[in-house]
Amino acid sequence: MATVLFYLLGLVTVIATLLAITRRNPVHAVIYLVNSFFALALLFYLLGAPLVAAWEVIIYAGAIMVLFLFIIMMLELAPTPEADRMGPTWWQWLPVLLLALALVGCTLMLIGVDAGVAQGVPRWYATPRDFGFALFGKYALAVEVVSFQLLFAAVGAFYVGKPERKRRQKKEEGA
Amino acid sequence: MSLWRDIKGTLQPFWVTLCNMMRRPVTVQYPEQKQQMAQRYRGRLMLTRDPEGHERCVACHLCSAACPVDCISMQAAEGDDGRRHAAWFRINFTRCIFCGLCTEACPTLAIQVTGEFELAGRDPLKLVWEKDDLLVDHGGHTPDYNFYRQSGVGVAAPRGGLPTETAPVDPKDLMP
Amino acid sequence: MIDGLIMIVLILIKLGVIFAVIMTMAAYLVLAERKILARMQLRHGPNRVGPFGMMQPLADVIKLLTKEDFLPDRADKWLFLLAPGMAAVTAILTFAVVPFGPPLQVFGHELPLVVIDLNVGVLYFLGLSSLAVYGVALGGWASNSKYSLLGGIRGLAQLISYELSMGLALVPVVMLARSFSLTDIVLAQQAAPFILVNPLAFLIFLVSVVAESKRTPFDMPEAENELVGGFHTEYSGMRFGLFFVGEYINLVILSSMVTVFFLGGWLGPLLPGVIWFGVKVLALCFFFIWVRGSLPRLRYDQLMHFGWKILLPLALLNVLLTGAVLLWSRT
Repeated sequence: MATVLFYLLGLVTVIATLLAITRRNPVHAVIYLVNSFFALALLFYLLGAPLVAAWEVIIYAGAIMVLFLFIIMMLELAPTPEADRMGPTWWQWLPVLLLALALVGCTLMLIGVDAGVAQGVPRWYATPRDFGFALFGKYALAVEVVSFQLLFAAVGAFYVGKPERKRRQKKEEGA
Repeated sequence: MSLWRDIKGTLQPFWVTLCNMMRRPVTVQYPEQKQQMAQRYRGRLMLTRDPEGHERCVACHLCSAACPVDCISMQAAEGDDGRRHAAWFRINFTRCIFCGLCTEACPTLAIQVTGEFELAGRDPLKLVWEKDDLLVDHGGHTPDYNFYRQSGVGVAAPRGGLPTETAPVDPKDLMP
Repeated sequence: MIDGLIMIVLILIKLGVIFAVIMTMAAYLVLAERKILARMQLRHGPNRVGPFGMMQPLADVIKLLTKEDFLPDRADKWLFLLAPGMAAVTAILTFAVVPFGPPLQVFGHELPLVVIDLNVGVLYFLGLSSLAVYGVALGGWASNSKYSLLGGIRGLAQLISYELSMGLALVPVVMLARSFSLTDIVLAQQAAPFILVNPLAFLIFLVSVVAESKRTPFDMPEAENELVGGFHTEYSGMRFGLFFVGEYINLVILSSMVTVFFLGGWLGPLLPGVIWFGVKVLALCFFFIWVRGSLPRLRYDQLMHFGWKILLPLALLNVLLTGAVLLWSRT
């Protein structure tokens, strides 16, 4: 059961990702990518890491893709449907419907499968507590390095984001 | 102090709305309760009569000229005594906007507004009112005014006979 | 075998009851909101359909179902049709992790009054609430209308900003309860509800939740007087109804989340747990309506300024303080 589910989810992930990188319309690509993230999250859950599954949905599907969508919509990167006057035909959207259905089916099946304790997958279950200890105990240095990098990025973004006039003013004051 | 102002400005509205919730609504529940319209409310139009019971309207077309939506139409006619009246008089209330400009234009104070406003119906043709529907048997806002006592055909008093007038001067008379 | 069957039937009944209660609550919240707002503005509100207008939700549903389902010219058809579903489904799914009462004893079976007690319940809630944006954004984009697009963009920017402070306001709660499971969080408030333990987190969470529900002080994505209807400008009939119902289900869900995280869930003296839970949720729903009646809409830059420069630093500071106090009290 779990093995079948694993390969099914893997297939959904791969197909969705392939569709995402071949789409012309960036908004459609984003939706396929979100779909693939969902399948990935379910895979993590199946493999006994509910915390990683939740992060996958919150951060990748919920935050990063939302930012992508924001930029696409704000810069009007998506071709307006005026290009093809009829709008997309139904078969262009068949894949996404199939993928969504597959995901719903998998979710229903997951309720039946005891996550992480099925055959063919490692019998190991990462509770949030285990995860936290691993992250801030064993890999504390790596986490700190990454967080410093993020801090640098944030400071840099603040500097670049400042209006030009203000920046020059400050420079003159310093000189 | 602007922080204090902001906090006060955020919290005060809550108190105001809560107080308002305790108050009685001011809504008039229309079909059950009817509102008393103001004295000078401009509602449906009517055609009034003078104190003697004759129609005031002399079919001068001024009201239909003044009407911004062109909802008044009439046909003028003349009686045996030379007195003008409307052969037919029609107001299309589906178009009337209750502006009251016709009443201001009327020289004989024939057309006047009422306080009535409930004209809704399912058949628009029923809102085209003829002279019989419009005529009332009173003088409206000016019950004592009689146009034909002042001027026009069939003035009752001789020249200078009205209480507000003085008698005409006789140029051949030398008396002071 | 029989035992298993009874269990399945009980679970199905529970699911049915939960679904029915949420839908009814969402429908009557619309009426309650209209009534309460009307009284705040010295009006009566709907009182024509049935006694005190109690049948108004039914009339609304009939009206919405019989209206034309309009598809704008050159709209992205499938996305346009799917978006309202996304908005409503993500809202309903969130209730799966909300514990609304202590476990019940039925026919010798223990029936937990929660659909599924995930050990990452908090994250499940955060994940679904961040996914709720897709309905708004994709619906706004697919409509092929400038107002909808602007509404969708605003929705994206606003929700991503307030998602952060909402998540950070929950960190102290998780630290205090030492668990991600909502049942454990409720049980950790036996001594005192977290609103008393950490009022700052409660305030931040409350503000973020109002922003998350896209309601009045933060209703930039809809903004009737600037964007016609915002992201749902082009929607009609029951598709608009789905957006609308989704919004009110979201209101119920967010109120129950505030109850679970800060007001002690079903815990309370004298009355049974489910009633306590209901009372708290309804009180919060009234609060949301009260906010809508009291505060005007923020400007877009004020909204962003408030979210990023005030709420987020406060939430971070609160996390730091709570952690310090917890460490200090431990040693």
